[in-house]
Amino acid sequence: MDPAEFFAASRVLIVAGKGGVGKSTMSAALARTAARAGLSTLLIRLTPGGPISRLFAQPDLTGSEQTLHPGADEGESDVRGRLVTPDEALAEYLSDHGLSRITRRLTSSGAIEVVTTAAPGIRDLLVLGRVKGLEMTRAADLIILDAPAAGHAVSFLQSPTGLRGAVGAGPIATQADEVLAMLADPARCRVMLVTLAEETPVNEVVETAFALEDEIGVALGPVIINALVDVPEGLDTDLDAAFDTLIATHAPKISAADTAQLRDAATFRLRWAARQREQVARLSELLPLAHLTTPYLFSTEPGPQDLETLADSLSIGIAELHEDHA
Amino acid sequence: MTSLADLLNQRSVIVCVGAGGVGKTTTAAALALDAAQRGRRVCVVTIDPARRLSDAMGFDGDRAIGNEPQRIEFDGKGELWAVMLDTSITFDALIRTYAPTEEQAQTILDNEFYNNIAHSMSGSHEYMAMEKLYELHNDDRFDLVVVDTPPTSNAVDFLEAPDRITQFLDHRLYKVLVTPSGGFARVVNFAAQGVLRTVSRIVGASVVDDAIDFFANFDGMEEGFRGRAEAVHDLLIADDTAFILVTVPRNDAVDDAAAFVTTLAQANIEVDAVIVNRVHPSFATKRALRTDDPALTPFVDVLNQSVAVATGQDQILSTLSTVLPAGAIVKIPFLDTDVHDLTGLAALAQWLTPSGDTPTD
Repeated sequence: MDPAEFFAASRVLIVAGKGGVGKSTMSAALARTAARAGLSTLLIRLTPGGPISRLFAQPDLTGSEQTLHPGADEGESDVRGRLVTPDEALAEYLSDHGLSRITRRLTSSGAIEVVTTAAPGIRDLLVLGRVKGLEMTRAADLIILDAPAAGHAVSFLQSPTGLRGAVGAGPIATQADEVLAMLADPARCRVMLVTLAEETPVNEVVETAFALEDEIGVALGPVIINALVDVPEGLDTDLDAAFDTLIATHAPKISAADTAQLRDAATFRLRWAARQREQVARLSELLPLAHLTTPYLFSTEPGPQDLETLADSLSIGIAELHEDHA
Repeated sequence: MTSLADLLNQRSVIVCVGAGGVGKTTTAAALALDAAQRGRRVCVVTIDPARRLSDAMGFDGDRAIGNEPQRIEFDGKGELWAVMLDTSITFDALIRTYAPTEEQAQTILDNEFYNNIAHSMSGSHEYMAMEKLYELHNDDRFDLVVVDTPPTSNAVDFLEAPDRITQFLDHRLYKVLVTPSGGFARVVNFAAQGVLRTVSRIVGASVVDDAIDFFANFDGMEEGFRGRAEAVHDLLIADDTAFILVTVPRNDAVDDAAAFVTTLAQANIEVDAVIVNRVHPSFATKRALRTDDPALTPFVDVLNQSVAVATGQDQILSTLSTVLPAGAIVKIPFLDTDVHDLTGLAALAQWLTPSGDTPTD
């Protein structure tokens, strides 16, 4: 389907996945892909740091919005980014409710900690509330939220349900209801999960997907399988006899050591790719969601060039999606 | 330089630290198996909610490792035990230990505010992991306790968690809110009422009542908790305790790892070894090959990509050598299969301390 249509399907995209799978990198790549398709995109992180500044070659995100990519080409839009931290969300919430005068006293007396313990998940809820506020005021065509690591993603998104039961009536209950309404509406919010084609990450993404669907009822977009290696054409051959013949005819003068390295590297690559294919097949079997894939990056310091490479793959993958899978 | 084998042979506590997704749980289990193979009586504690250790040890859902040590049979001379930390059960046991009466303990255990602390307060997993470590360290059945820590981006979270939560329990706010005699919650001054009204407005009155009830009932127990937290802290900084950092050769992970080393050093804790998982093979040379022959191009490209990754990894890992001049750095290759049984753990242990390294006792 058309990437513009894909990204316009909901106003908030929550990107979730376990640590180390490239969740933040994928959030950045999705933001850039959406902006290329013409959607003005706001990328939100909950904690400072991470790969986003390196990928866009921009300073670290802060609590105020900054441009990450201006969207240079015709038809492109911009990517902006900002932090929404739980503590700021709480302080802002209190001041929005006429409690700014007392906020400092609450903080200094330690009452804030009592509040957050008395109502676990209140920080998560307020962060989601802040995102919902940005969604309601149309801060961007698309908001991409780089969610906490999976496992935490479930409890993060469960916070409104959990609190709804505990707090009775009042402003927090209203906030919880409004966030729940956003999460339940696929036209407003979807979750995209990120994984690697490895056993444990596949298991965890399947678990998370079912938990999100059953316990929160949030709509799930395609799963992104990150860091797939390719097997270049011509490499997939019999690495014993056929490889020996190839070397004998095409590079008779190459040293034995170089021959061995070429063979070892090819063997390693084929095994690696085969193992990934197995896990992709397992994922398809266990989880009925469409896949998008992104390539393994051989560069150690992924930067703007790599971000474009990732956005290219995502654009192609999205273009190949069927309407009913998006 | 102390080798990994020395640590496994000599220390009585090994704390595995590192960010999420670096294979910490599996590494902790393999270290425990390795030490057990050396003849020691080892107990490994995992906190990971994804229960990966039970996968790694070949336990299925029905036989999940419980909060009490369970013996795991393996072919070798020592003993291997495993505990899957249950934060709530461990916290409950601590309350029972320090409550003056069983009745008071039960009142606390039934309190909703207490349950929030035990289940979901930030740091409670870390706190209870350290508490469990302390308990097992003082258990005569074990020579060595290996503890896997919750995935955290901040190394001192688990060090500070006991103090932080103990301080919270000993909260000065509650001293303002309840009478010093404890038992019945009574608001003592107008200022406190203002705070209370505000909190009630935010989260509801019943939630506040639960909190006050909890603090009233906890009154008098904080001393015991504080003493215990100090003992746990002393154990962590003891010479007999080793810290092993687990990471992967990725920029962000190694940055985290370097920050761990620095923060731990500020707390007077030296990282004794670093285990780098998922190291890409280097295939011997760093010299790039060239070809114009289309038949050879895919082979040359793949080799050069491998060399690029390996070179990049070496650069990344050199950061670690600079912050960690004395610690052993052990590299574990990208393994062909995930570890999901004792055989896999044994294979991993073989990489951790290649044989020939076994003790000569």
